[in-house]
Amino acid sequence: MAQLLHVDDISVTFDGFRAINGLSFDIGRAELRAIIGPNGAGKTTFMDIVTGKTRPDSGDVRWGDKGVSLLRKSESQIAQLGIGRKFQKPTVFESQSVYDNLLMALANQRNPFSVLSYQRSIIDNDKIDALATQINLSQQTQILAGALSHGQKQWLEIGMLLAQDPQLLLVDEPAAGMTAPERAVTVKLLKELAQTRAVVVVEHDMEFIRQLECRITVLHEGAVLAEGQIDFVMQNQEVIDVYLGR
Amino acid sequence: MENTILIKHLLKHPSVMIFLGLLAGFTLLVVGLAEGAGIGLISTSFVKTLGKTLCLCMIAIAMDLVWGFCGILSLGHFAFFALGGYMIGMWLMFARTKLIVLEAAQNAVLPMTQSEVSQAVGTQIFGVVGGAEIPAIWTFADNFWIQIAFVVLVPGLLALIFGWLAFRARVNGVYLSILTQAMTLALALYLFQNDSGLRGNNGLSGLQNIPGFDAVSQADISIWFFIASAGALALIYVLAYGLISSKMGNIVRGIRDNEARVRFLGYNVESYKLFIFVLTAIIAAVAGALYYPQAGIINPAELAPIASIYLAVWVAIGGRGRLYGAVIGAAFVSLLSSYFTGGQAPDISLGFGTLRWTEWWLVLLGLSFVGVTLYAPKGIGGLIDHLTRKRGV
Repeated sequence: MAQLLHVDDISVTFDGFRAINGLSFDIGRAELRAIIGPNGAGKTTFMDIVTGKTRPDSGDVRWGDKGVSLLRKSESQIAQLGIGRKFQKPTVFESQSVYDNLLMALANQRNPFSVLSYQRSIIDNDKIDALATQINLSQQTQILAGALSHGQKQWLEIGMLLAQDPQLLLVDEPAAGMTAPERAVTVKLLKELAQTRAVVVVEHDMEFIRQLECRITVLHEGAVLAEGQIDFVMQNQEVIDVYLGR
Repeated sequence: MENTILIKHLLKHPSVMIFLGLLAGFTLLVVGLAEGAGIGLISTSFVKTLGKTLCLCMIAIAMDLVWGFCGILSLGHFAFFALGGYMIGMWLMFARTKLIVLEAAQNAVLPMTQSEVSQAVGTQIFGVVGGAEIPAIWTFADNFWIQIAFVVLVPGLLALIFGWLAFRARVNGVYLSILTQAMTLALALYLFQNDSGLRGNNGLSGLQNIPGFDAVSQADISIWFFIASAGALALIYVLAYGLISSKMGNIVRGIRDNEARVRFLGYNVESYKLFIFVLTAIIAAVAGALYYPQAGIINPAELAPIASIYLAVWVAIGGRGRLYGAVIGAAFVSLLSSYFTGGQAPDISLGFGTLRWTEWWLVLLGLSFVGVTLYAPKGIGGLIDHLTRKRGV
């Protein structure tokens, strides 16, 4: 399988603390992948590196068929290449409507002058309506995002990622703070998404990950500890030691 | 065709219509009551004060765009305002001095040569700083259209270079505010020097006299400038409103609320900030170019860091993130300020001492700023929002 993202032996140190320590792994084009690990295992740092927020001390991150290195690119350039990120806390623009949140995320030209001359079109309007329906917010498009429930904000953020139409979605703790029915909807949404693109989910909640039914990568102290299906991973002695041994 | 689209657009936005209506009504009222055109209830100097106030409303809109909507607390926008004033002031002063020199020369036996004219103009303008040479920056001062272009280009270019350096280095928050203060202070200190080419601390004066219009009374000229200021304010208000209600406005507000998120959406935040910074610098410069002919004089003290801090206070009291809030704040506070500091306010005798408003006005302003920040963070504009929304429900 052709690789979409190739992480090659990256390391990063913050004030002497090795957050990522020789991490390598690959993600395919239409794949759902879960990343788990105890606190401080380097999950969020890994996402920061891929999205350009943090620069690794060594190693490389390569993207797509041409193997473009992401390390020299800015956050906005990486986002334009097709990598979307969902933050741990839902970060939507609370003082703006759901519609405007989706409009900003919609895959259009991103430079100031084309934004300045942008005219709302029926095509974009339809796209936004379709997205709102997909994330169960079709009745709320004119409401301020700040007025949504916690779970709805999480969906809106996922909707914004979809609007960007990325090839790779990095999702940080999507189920945090959600009710059980909201979780079920989220699982379905993520699985649907992974049909056409790569989705990487970072999550603590084992039950949630079990529902995703996907390949799992366990991180520990900034490196891959184990990789495989859930049952395989859960029976791995090292994983048990790390997770349950203390 | 374009007009009908514009009207339809305006009808959809009642707040703009209300603003334009009030502004038009106010303009007609003042013109009708003024000495120059109307029944003479309003003195020429007060027409000028009102005209200047409209210019301050313009720079307040610029401040609201850059701070209230984009989240950049610039404390240097009066630098652009003053630069705009200097650029137009150069033409006003040069062209009028040249006219006077040529007029005087008509009685002479021999016609003056080109170099004699420039020598005489130079002595007239720069004698006060001990020179007669016309500095290189005055090369185009005789050409109205070039100086008008400079009103936009010089502050625009300064904002572009400063903004590019600051935003590219991702200087944010209070550090950026300090940097903008440093910019305006540095510029002021430079202009205070006699060899800066702009007459040092004397500044440019006599700007109320428009070259070639000596026959027209100041009462009439004050009306022209008042109407021009009102027209420019209306235009800038509509422009700013169009900007913030477009997709650009969405992104700019997004940058204010969560810069990192906008970045991960794929927008280059720096270029948006730069765009807003330069645009607002140009608005400030245009406002300044209309202000100083009404003030009559400009000197480097106008660029003092405190001026830009007042600007932030006006916008905070008026209510940031609302265009009309900025206008109300600027008009309200600056008019009150000229009332209290102009010696018109009666002093209050307290028995143990006298409360002089010229001294105590700043204390009052400071207290009201603290009060607004603590108890009405949305300012006067927020109060209006609150009232209209209540009526709506």
